[in-house]
Amino acid sequence: MSAFFALLVRDLRLAVRQGGALGTALGFYLIVVAMLPLGLGADLNLLSRIAPGVLWIALLLSALLSLGRVFESDYEDGSLDVLATGPLPLELVAVAKALAHWISTSVPLALLAPVLGILLNLELLAYPALVATMLIGTPAISFIGAIGAALTLKARRGGLLIALLVLPLYVPTLVFGIASIRAMLGPDDVVAPLLILTAISLGAIILGPLAAASALRAQMQ
Amino acid sequence: MLLVVENLVLSRGGRTVIDGLSFRLKDGEALLLTGANGAGKTTLLRALAGFLQPASGEIRVENEDSDFELGERCHYVGHLEGIKPHLTVSENLLFWAAYLGCETLLSLGDRAAIALSQFGLAPLADIPAGYLSAGQKRRLALARLAAVHRPLWLLDEPAVSLDAASVGLLIDAVKAHRADGGLTIVATHMPLAFENAKEVRLGPKEKLA
Repeated sequence: MSAFFALLVRDLRLAVRQGGALGTALGFYLIVVAMLPLGLGADLNLLSRIAPGVLWIALLLSALLSLGRVFESDYEDGSLDVLATGPLPLELVAVAKALAHWISTSVPLALLAPVLGILLNLELLAYPALVATMLIGTPAISFIGAIGAALTLKARRGGLLIALLVLPLYVPTLVFGIASIRAMLGPDDVVAPLLILTAISLGAIILGPLAAASALRAQMQ
Repeated sequence: MLLVVENLVLSRGGRTVIDGLSFRLKDGEALLLTGANGAGKTTLLRALAGFLQPASGEIRVENEDSDFELGERCHYVGHLEGIKPHLTVSENLLFWAAYLGCETLLSLGDRAAIALSQFGLAPLADIPAGYLSAGQKRRLALARLAAVHRPLWLLDEPAVSLDAASVGLLIDAVKAHRADGGLTIVATHMPLAFENAKEVRLGPKEKLA
């Protein structure tokens, strides 16, 4: 277990030291959301209606930006080989790295979302729901994303390829994330979509690292 | 431990690189892998580390009580050093020492400090590893060997970009490792002065010299 935490702490420390990945993701999120009212015009009712969807989709795209680096830098500098000779199975290596991505990128994005909600005239009631669904839903983004990152390890300029591979898999998270927010604002039952959202994330936490590890093994041959 | 390789066949990209290689290596022995570029030295080391599945043949360990994967008992130092430029020299080594782990009486910090001074990196401990020269990076990668005890060392061209004094440090480290009963397999183009090391020349016809 100490090996797992050593890896997690190293990846978080690298995320802080390098800084670029988080800054890019947050900046991208801000710009995409800020440009939307400029494009659609200042119709406050319209913005308020589409705000949850826009915030979720922009968050998925922003998180994608840094996914490519999850395994790539370790592959390029030879660290992945040494990681593979360690006491952790590659599955747990993938868990540690996806968890580090979640903490260093997805959580800050989820926490920035309510600030951006102000730009879109999001209803006041929706803020707690927005942050809650994002915190529950984003593990799926990092852990499913790890599969794409592992599969495109050797592909030069694999960023766009990751988007193609992974974005379709984010659809359930997106659908139920937004369904939960709408349910909290309206008369619908909120428990069901929230439970499904949780189930998707839990499933991703189990299945993502398994798939990512077998992709890594194939790439290291 | 006794490392036994029998009739090993390895292929890369559909081409058979190593065809029917056999050798045995026991406690305290060193093996030099030589051969032309593309003869399969790195391929063989990667197979021993467990990254590559043999097409046929067997790699096994005898005389061991515990049932470990060979990959978890070895140090693999390849062409790439596995060093993060944004971490300091000592942070890099401390991470590998904590990650690779081993049971000793010494604390992590002590082991890392000893390993750094053994490879002459102690004065550089607190600078970011991105500022190291190629030879210093290589020494930092080799310091992993000293920081964590593992019975099998797989070294791929370890002397590349090392100066004469550093090659001496490497040879001393291998000597100490062998005296401790460890196994060493080194792929190299340069003559390395290991005492009575076995040699396998890889190429169209492998044979044990």
